[in-house]
Amino acid sequence: MEKHDKQPLKSGDPVISIHGLYKSFGDVPVLKGIDFILAKGENVAILGKSGSGKSVLIKIIVGLLKPDAGEVLVFGKQIDLENRKVLDKMRLRIGFSFQNSALYDSMNVSQNLAFPLMMNVKNLSEKEVNSAVEEVLDAVGLSEKINEMPSDLSGGQRKRIGIARTLILKPEIMLYDEPTSGLDPITSAEIIELILEVQQKYNTSSVIITHDLTCAKKTGNRIAMLYDGKFVREGDFAEVFESKNEEIRGFYNYNFIQ
Amino acid sequence: MKTNSVKHYLFSKGIDQYFTGINDVYHFNIRFFKVLFTRPFHFREVINQSFEVGLKSLPLITLTGFIVGIVFTKQSRPSLEDFGATSWLPSLICIAIVRALGPLVTALICAGKIGSSIGAELGSMRVTEQIDAMEVSAINPFKYLVVTRVLATTITIPILALYCSFVGLYGSYINIHTEETSSIVSFYQSAFSSISFLDIFSGVAKSVVYGFTIGMVGCFKGFNATQGTRGVGKAANQAVVLAMFLIFIEEIVIVQLANWIRYF
Ligand SMILES: Nc1ncnc2c1ncn2[C@@H]1O[C@H](COP(=O)(O)OP(=O)(O)OP(=O)(O)O)[C@@H](O)[C@H]1O
Ligand SMILES: [Mg+2]
Repeated sequence: MEKHDKQPLKSGDPVISIHGLYKSFGDVPVLKGIDFILAKGENVAILGKSGSGKSVLIKIIVGLLKPDAGEVLVFGKQIDLENRKVLDKMRLRIGFSFQNSALYDSMNVSQNLAFPLMMNVKNLSEKEVNSAVEEVLDAVGLSEKINEMPSDLSGGQRKRIGIARTLILKPEIMLYDEPTSGLDPITSAEIIELILEVQQKYNTSSVIITHDLTCAKKTGNRIAMLYDGKFVREGDFAEVFESKNEEIRGFYNYNFIQ
Repeated sequence: MKTNSVKHYLFSKGIDQYFTGINDVYHFNIRFFKVLFTRPFHFREVINQSFEVGLKSLPLITLTGFIVGIVFTKQSRPSLEDFGATSWLPSLICIAIVRALGPLVTALICAGKIGSSIGAELGSMRVTEQIDAMEVSAINPFKYLVVTRVLATTITIPILALYCSFVGLYGSYINIHTEETSSIVSFYQSAFSSISFLDIFSGVAKSVVYGFTIGMVGCFKGFNATQGTRGVGKAANQAVVLAMFLIFIEEIVIVQLANWIRYF
């Protein structure tokens, strides 16, 4: 894990730190001054209404979108979209699980998993690739689907394969974009288990974007609430939901059937 | 007053979009040549894509080339007969096919078949975030998807064009053979005696340009697709239309250039 880094990060050091981040699309402001820190070993759940800019935020972190203003430091380095080499090095250390899985639909499951590995690590033998693929498939519990095409998988299975595809590069940070959305409660519970397992086994720090308070409560040591382009409340689960703020109450009431 | 400003808005917006479009195409091309010679080279993917391009269009090109050869010969015979010059038929056909018809027919078929499929494929990868997924796994999607496909079309389409010319001449021979018994050897001898190396070379050079255009346009439209599934259809469609349009313009320019060189 520390192989990329001269000075290994200690638990508690910030791996992502964002200050005064602004982003708008055309005339529509989406993020209006975000400050956010993710410490090593920490798991933060980000809550927020649909359209509040959660996906935009993590896409900025991996350099898929360019911020209008503000500072985004990942592993202590400013993201620079122009410098592809440095950017790619950083991206190898971050796993990004897409809201819609984004599996390569021209490839089967094992090719999907092998692709990022073969493209980034030179001179791997077929055997090494296969064993890496089997390992991550085993980690997400879908070993029997190795030769299926993505279009033949269910939504939950696709999510898991998507997570497996990021795990194969052994990331230090995992960014999950709505890992349980659109899934039934039982599958959701399985995905939550998986996220927890990944946190343990791969020792990742993670950001989990979700609407699902069960997921947030179980996977996050800390909850951050995004509202109107800013983080309005942060803390552990109980702290955040002490709030009398209507938006926050709304979230709570819906999830816990009141 | 109001209609005036609406008109002004539409007008300036149209011009604005036109120039932004040209600028985008320009930068897309620059980006291509910038990364073309940088590592990693995805040789294997270029070969895969070349096979894809070749095999996809081979049946249609065989059929079309053959029919063009037959029909063109059949149609030309009466006019030559009026002058009692049917013996010139092979030369005439050969010049027409090698210089113009082979490359052009191949390019148009490939624009329809390959251009649209590249546009649709990359377009759907864009709107389903597969291109972003490559990006975040530290794979350069421009190199892996665009450069490989453009190289594949640039390499494969000239080969297909030569093949198309060859099949066309064969079709022509079949037609001539049904009218008068002549051997295939003497047919090809008299056919090729009329053309020079420059003809074959300019046919190939033309096809290289067409191949590059088809790959580039398909990739440009697909890679920059927006608006969900509708965008995919739009990308495929626009790729074909724009590629065909450019091919005709290039045809005119290259024919002019070749003529200058020939009679210089
Ligand atoms: N590429 C883009 N171009 C234009 N607008 C965009 C783009 N991406 C996002 N937006 C806009 O930014 C806003 C936030 O989008 P985002 O996808 O981050 O929402 P979200 O919080 O992830 O919502 P959800 O929970 O539904 O996924 C939306 O209003 C969206 O329309
Ligand atoms: Mg989202």
